[in-house]
Amino acid sequence: MQNAILATLLGGIACGIIGVFVVLMHMPFIGVCMSHAAFAGALLGIWLGFNPLIGAFAMSLIAAAIIGPLADRGELNPDTSIGIIFSIMLGTAFLFLGIMPLTKSGAFEFLWGNILTTTRTDILLLVVVTSLVVGLVVLFYKEVQVTAFSRKMAAAVGVPATLTLYAILFMTGATVTVTLNPIGGLLIFSLILNPAAAAYQLTYSMKKMFFLSTIFGVLSGWTGLLFSYLFNAPSGALIVLTSSVIFLVAAAFSLKRKVRHMP
Amino acid sequence: MNKPVIEIKDAVVSYREDVALCGVSITVYSGEFVGVIGPNGAGKTTLLTVVNGLGKLVKGNVRVLGHDISSVDKNSLRKRIGYVSQADDIDPRMPMSVRDVVMAGRYGRLGLLRRPGKHDSGVVDEMLGVVGMAHLATRPIGHLSGGEQQRVAIARCLAQEPELLLLDEPTASLDWRAKTDILELVKRIHDTRHLTTLFVTHDLSSLPAACSRVLLMKNGLIRADGPPGEVLTDENLSELYGVTIMEVRKRREAAAF
Repeated sequence: MQNAILATLLGGIACGIIGVFVVLMHMPFIGVCMSHAAFAGALLGIWLGFNPLIGAFAMSLIAAAIIGPLADRGELNPDTSIGIIFSIMLGTAFLFLGIMPLTKSGAFEFLWGNILTTTRTDILLLVVVTSLVVGLVVLFYKEVQVTAFSRKMAAAVGVPATLTLYAILFMTGATVTVTLNPIGGLLIFSLILNPAAAAYQLTYSMKKMFFLSTIFGVLSGWTGLLFSYLFNAPSGALIVLTSSVIFLVAAAFSLKRKVRHMP
Repeated sequence: MNKPVIEIKDAVVSYREDVALCGVSITVYSGEFVGVIGPNGAGKTTLLTVVNGLGKLVKGNVRVLGHDISSVDKNSLRKRIGYVSQADDIDPRMPMSVRDVVMAGRYGRLGLLRRPGKHDSGVVDEMLGVVGMAHLATRPIGHLSGGEQQRVAIARCLAQEPELLLLDEPTASLDWRAKTDILELVKRIHDTRHLTTLFVTHDLSSLPAACSRVLLMKNGLIRADGPPGEVLTDENLSELYGVTIMEVRKRREAAAF
C-alpha cells in the first residue's frame, strides 16, 4: 500500500504537468497514442524475453520521434499525425498479441494496470521521470510557456521551439511508460488529460494551471485509491473516474464558462 | 552611407513543386522603411521568412545583420529580429496575460536557464506604454480584440530590442479603425527609433505612409523597386494585379475618401 500511495503521488505530479502541454497544444490524443506505443513495446519485451519497460520506453520514444517531425513539416496537423501513429501502434500491439506464443495474461496487465503490485523498481523509475518532468518545467519554464502558447511565436523570438517540443514529447513518452504498470495503458491518457483540463477551467495563469493540474492529479490518485480500498474495486478505474468528476466540478464552477469568442 | 542590413542575391525558395521565390535580389539599408506589396502568392511572406531564417533557401545568398544566413545559428539571429505576423485566432481561455506575451519577447535574449528580472520587467512596461496597452497588462490575451492583439505583438517585438522589424500583413482582418491605429503606431515607432522595417501587405490601402521605398512582387519576383511615387503608378498596379489601367484608376478614386 505504501508503494501504491507513492506511485499515485509521483504519477499524479508527472501526469498533471504533462497534461498541461497536452491541453494547451491541442494534442488530447497523444496520451492514447503513447500508451499504445508503450503497450506494443512492452509486449515485444515479454515476447522476446527482455524487460517490458525497456520495450515500452523505446516504442513510446519512437512514437514521439515520429510525431514531432510529422507535425513540424506542417503537412498534417499534430492531431492527425498522432492519429496515424496511434493506428500503427495499435495494429502493432495486436499483431504481437496475436503471434506471441506465451501466455498473454502478463501482457494484459499493462492495459489494465495494477497499482497494488507496484514494486520498488516502479517507484524508482517514477522518481526519476517525475524529477525530470518537474525539472524541465522549473528550469526551462519560459521556454515551455511560450512554446505551449505558440510555437510560431516561440521560434520568432529566438526560443528553441522545436527542441522544446521534442523534449515535451519525450517526457510524455517517459511518463506514460513509467505509469503503465500502476495505472495501465487504457486509462493513463485520462489521468494525463482530465486534471489539466480541470485546471484549464479555473485559471488564466499558466503557472497556476501547472500547480492546479498537479494537485488534481495527485488528488485523483489518492482519492481513487481510497475508494478502491473501501469498496474493493479496481483502483485504476476509480482513479480515472475521480479525475473525471474533478473535471466536471471544475467545469461547472469555471470562470471561463461564459467566455466564447471575444468581439 | 547607411550600412546594409539585408543583402539578398538570387534567392530561390521552393515548397515542393511550388517556387515561392524565383531568384530575388535586394539590399535594404539601415533605417529604411520598405513596403512590400503584391497579390496573394506573390512571395511576400516567403521573403520575410528568408530574412529571419524560418524559410528554407534552396539557392542564392542571404546576409542579414552582417551574417550569412546559411551558416549562422538562426535562433541567435531571430533574437535580433522582431517579427509580427497576421493576427491569430487566440483561444479566449488561453492562460497567458498581455504582460506574459510581451515578456516572451525577452526570452530569446535572456537565453536558457535565466529568469526575467527587474530590467526585463522595466522594458516590458515601457513597451506596453509605447503601444498604449499598459492599462490592459493583466488582461488575458485572448480577451483582446484583433487590433489590440496586434499592438501587443508589436510591443513583444519591441521588447526584444530588435535591430530589424518584419511585419507580415499585420493589419489583415482588422477593421478600419484598428488598421489605421496600427499604421499610425508603426509610423511613430519608425520615426522615433529609426528601426529598419519591412512591411508586407497585399492591400494598397494598408501600405504605411511612412514607407520611403516600395517593392512590388508578383510570382516570386520583384517587379518594381523605388520610392512610392515612382512605383505605385497606375501602369505598375495594372500589371501587378492583372486589371486594366482604367479599372485601377476607378478603384483608386473609389478608395480615396
